[in-house]
Amino acid sequence: MTSLDILAAAVLNGLMSGAVYALIAVGLTLVYGVLHIINFAHGAILSAAMFAAYLAFQAGVDPYVAMVPLALIFFGLGYGLQRLVIGPASHGDDRNILLITLGLSIVIENLLLAVFNSDTRTVDVAYGFSTLDLGFTFLALPRAAAFGVSCLVAVLLWILLAQTDTGKAIRAVAKEKLGASLAGIDVAHIYAVTFGLGAACLAIAACLLLPTYYVHPRVGNAYVLVAFTIVVLGGMGSIPGAIAGGLFVGVVESLSGLMFGESLGQLGIFVIFILVLLIRPTGLFGAKA
Amino acid sequence: MAEALLEVKDLVAGYDGTSVLCGVSLEVEAGSIVAVLGANGVGKTTLNKVLSGIVRPQRGEVIFDGQRIDRKSPADIVAAGLVHVPEGRKLFPDLSVRENLELGSYRRGKAERARTMEQVLTVFPRLKERFAQRAGTLSGGEQQMVAIGRGMMGQPRLLILDEPSLGLAPRLVEEMFTLIGRLNEVGLTILLVEQNVMQSLELADAAHVMEHGCLVLSGTGAELAGNSELAKTYLGM
Ligand SMILES: Nc1ncnc2c1ncn2[C@@H]1O[C@H](COP(=O)(O)OP(=O)(O)OP(=O)(O)O)[C@@H](O)[C@H]1O
Ligand SMILES: [Mg+2]
Repeated sequence: MTSLDILAAAVLNGLMSGAVYALIAVGLTLVYGVLHIINFAHGAILSAAMFAAYLAFQAGVDPYVAMVPLALIFFGLGYGLQRLVIGPASHGDDRNILLITLGLSIVIENLLLAVFNSDTRTVDVAYGFSTLDLGFTFLALPRAAAFGVSCLVAVLLWILLAQTDTGKAIRAVAKEKLGASLAGIDVAHIYAVTFGLGAACLAIAACLLLPTYYVHPRVGNAYVLVAFTIVVLGGMGSIPGAIAGGLFVGVVESLSGLMFGESLGQLGIFVIFILVLLIRPTGLFGAKA
Repeated sequence: MAEALLEVKDLVAGYDGTSVLCGVSLEVEAGSIVAVLGANGVGKTTLNKVLSGIVRPQRGEVIFDGQRIDRKSPADIVAAGLVHVPEGRKLFPDLSVRENLELGSYRRGKAERARTMEQVLTVFPRLKERFAQRAGTLSGGEQQMVAIGRGMMGQPRLLILDEPSLGLAPRLVEEMFTLIGRLNEVGLTILLVEQNVMQSLELADAAHVMEHGCLVLSGTGAELAGNSELAKTYLGM
């Protein structure tokens, strides 16, 4: 392998993990863009989704098969959480919502700890170490699948937001809540749909991560920290920004892992994060202030 | 006497525990234009927001078409046939003119929506030319057309217009009042909040003057228009 091959392989691998980062970040930025809150329960919901995928696997259901049903279930859970818990408990005050999602994350994490204790678990899938031969490098099959599915989800989400009535209502509520209410749009329903979509993104991400990653009651937090970085880089509330930011961060992580060693891979992300905050506080892809 | 389409009884409402409205009562007959006039900050928009379910009243009743609506959600009130076109238009700036209009009849079927759209575009042929343009990039007059058009898409029987002539050039203000008269002629009942006092009184069947959240003077449009004392005292003219 030439050094160019190594570099190309690192970029490619970065794009693969970046796509899943992007998926997690899209859920976070969507909720921010519409409800104007940072969902502090995002990480805990991801952990819960990974346990759900893990349990499905224990019951003999492959994560890729479990993906669609789990996405639907988590959509329903997210919808119910917003409609029945977060919405009513917040009394319309954004600060309350923030605290409630923080409280929810604590509740969810501790429930997971109580039920599953703090063991780290992994699954053994037959294709766990399968690779695709690209000539200059080998690509792990689960990572390639994660990339493909993430791209597909991004396209589906785009169609939903751009083409469907619900999607248009989501975009309307995001920018003009009062106007939307007066036009007859049920804002509480749209909030809940949005929250449900965020949770569904996490369920899909969980199924994509399970074949190559471990499961733990706090596993989601590591991902959501990176996702939060991505959301800020991409411009708060911007979905194209979250996708571009996710891929970008994946590549940065992979390249800095190549240069400074695997364990310092995330160093590059946070260095860039701080630089961007200093130079362009609205994010790399966000609107100019 | 025919039963009023809208009946407001002793309405008290405000924000964060304080009251802006001090017990407002008024009636809007089906088919009429009723104007609510008053200086800045007296509570006209607050009244509209209570009628459309955005602000919950602290006391009093709102009865629309024989039904209590003061505890209903804004979406249910729109579905009942009362639509409030807000001050400042409150359009969806990133969405096209078409999408803005369509969202005004979000809950209705495709066929019904297409039919209403046809009617709205007959009233505002200009919007047809701007159909795909982002609402945020329209001129002020065009934005007001979209706002009223979006309201009409909800197939209201009562349309509340909150300062529809705000920010329009004099010629467009004239056009706006002509339009309001035309909408009324084709059967819409209209509650009009305005700062253009004389033009509103000319058009209105009944008018009320609001001061500090209370209706202090009421009469037919012609009566109030002839009352020069009123203009001086309450409207600062
Ligand atoms: N969301 C709000 N929270 C607190 N106070 C408010 C709110 N909206 C309006 N007010 C206050 O209520 C009073 C009445 O306001 P309102 O908007 O109803 O007046 P208005 O008659 O529509 O005035 P204008 O002609 O300027 O539109 C004002 O003193 C205003 O400051
Ligand atoms: Mg007002």
